[in-house]
Amino acid sequence: MTPNEYLLYLEDVHKRYPVKGGGEKTVLDDIDLRVRKGELISVVGPSGCGKSTMLRLILGSEPPSDGRVLVSGKPVEGPGRERGIVFQKYSLFPHLSVRDNIVFGLDLEEFSIPGRLLRYVHYRKRKREYAERAQVYLERMQLGEAGDKFPHELSGGMRQRVAMAQAAIMHPEILMMDEPFGALDDATRQEMQVFLLELWEQTGMTVFFVTHDLEEALFLGTRVLVLSQYYQQGDGVEGAKIVTDKEVPGGHPKPSDFKYTPEFSELLEQIRRDGLDPESRQKVEDFDLSHQDAWRD
Amino acid sequence: MGFFRINAQPGKVTSVLLSAALFVLSLAAYVWVAHERHQENPQDKVVPTLSEMKGGVKRTAIEEDRKGDVRLWVDTWASGKRFLICVALMSIAVLIGLHMGVLPYFEALLLRFVTFFDKIPALALLPILMIIFGIGEMSKIALIVIGVFPTIILDTFLRAKAVPREQVTKGLTLGASDMEVAYRIVLPQILPGVLDTIRLNFKAVILFLIAGESVAATVGLGYRIFVVRRYIAMDIIIPYVIWMSLLAYLADLGVRYFVRWRYHWQYEEA
Repeated sequence: MTPNEYLLYLEDVHKRYPVKGGGEKTVLDDIDLRVRKGELISVVGPSGCGKSTMLRLILGSEPPSDGRVLVSGKPVEGPGRERGIVFQKYSLFPHLSVRDNIVFGLDLEEFSIPGRLLRYVHYRKRKREYAERAQVYLERMQLGEAGDKFPHELSGGMRQRVAMAQAAIMHPEILMMDEPFGALDDATRQEMQVFLLELWEQTGMTVFFVTHDLEEALFLGTRVLVLSQYYQQGDGVEGAKIVTDKEVPGGHPKPSDFKYTPEFSELLEQIRRDGLDPESRQKVEDFDLSHQDAWRD
Repeated sequence: MGFFRINAQPGKVTSVLLSAALFVLSLAAYVWVAHERHQENPQDKVVPTLSEMKGGVKRTAIEEDRKGDVRLWVDTWASGKRFLICVALMSIAVLIGLHMGVLPYFEALLLRFVTFFDKIPALALLPILMIIFGIGEMSKIALIVIGVFPTIILDTFLRAKAVPREQVTKGLTLGASDMEVAYRIVLPQILPGVLDTIRLNFKAVILFLIAGESVAATVGLGYRIFVVRRYIAMDIIIPYVIWMSLLAYLADLGVRYFVRWRYHWQYEEA
């Protein structure tokens, strides 16, 4: 497959930030990544490894210092319509009701502010259609009654479900999620994982899921990517690399008891050792990049 | 009782009585002073009694003057019109601040300038304004605009800046254009706060209004006070001051209730 045929394609991507008092710090060092359509790829790594930085590069809210980022063969220039996002915080517009939050993107698609006034009757009609489409997503997320509420009236879990619906209704080519369940309690978080898997199954969307929770990453992902700065760094090399890139076994979506299988614990153990433990550092040649699309340029 | 207790919970009746206490006390003190002074000198003009003030109000607010106008209403209308024009003009300041907060080029162009402009004491410009604009409406409105605009611009700018970056990014991923981010995401979120700032700046608007009217006007609440001052007509000045304060208070209250009602999400946010 050529670079343009992958949904997501990163080549030689570096990200460096200027440091106070001069000089630079490398956060991401030579990232190469290829992702096919329909995959649910989870990205995990120790704190400060640059997972969120990588997400921002793909989202386009920051440019890479070096290398290229392609989505569907097109270079990323700023956030765009084809890449949806669910953040952990500030994930909804506080001034809009749940329903208006969900239809926000659809509404923008067809109507500018003057357009709403000039074609008022048509606008009202479309608005009703949007509300119906929003209702479908609300039901799917078990939020059927919550359409008229405002974000401040919702629990954390409900807010994140609305945020998922808001992004998903636009049918983005890829849905980016930046530790979306990080602030939720354990029971809610597990519930949300199920919601996400259902949404993913129903829509066939590609999902790029960043988390610091290894179990969550393995339970959700079809493919797990470990980003880490803990490896044997040679001269002048710093910053995180992809130290593990492999398929998650167990079928997709996984049975909920997958978490208790020996396969799961084995993989968990391997990633802890290879990616998350500062004491055990592998050589660059020993990285487990066994996924069919993994590559190093 | 617990007057100095943080955890004290005054009852409903107590609260109402306490809120009224200082009003009643001031009024009583005034009546007493006026009474005492009139005992000494029945012609005293500095502290008129309530009945004298009633006469003053009657002369200005009910009876027509030689021109056939009821002065209080004519003055209120003239000042009110100036006030409303200025408040309406403030929407321009809000839009400038919004663009500065959202668009980096606007910020680079305007921030220093407006910050400096904000520091110019507007009253010191009054003579200049009168020379340029004459003593018509323009000079008074220009004074208020120069006095209050920069504050509103800077406040809106800071609020727009404080909207989380995530909200902007999110808007862009939902297909919003730059202007749609500004007008449909940032502006509605900061508007309640901006309205509060405008409300708190009513006082400055009125201050500049009276200053302008006192120097150059032929009608208006501020003008009237400074005219009748020559005759030490305290029986008119005091009701006028109370009337102006009441109007300002009601305007403030109106905006406050509007914000509460229209932007309820803002107040209940965690």
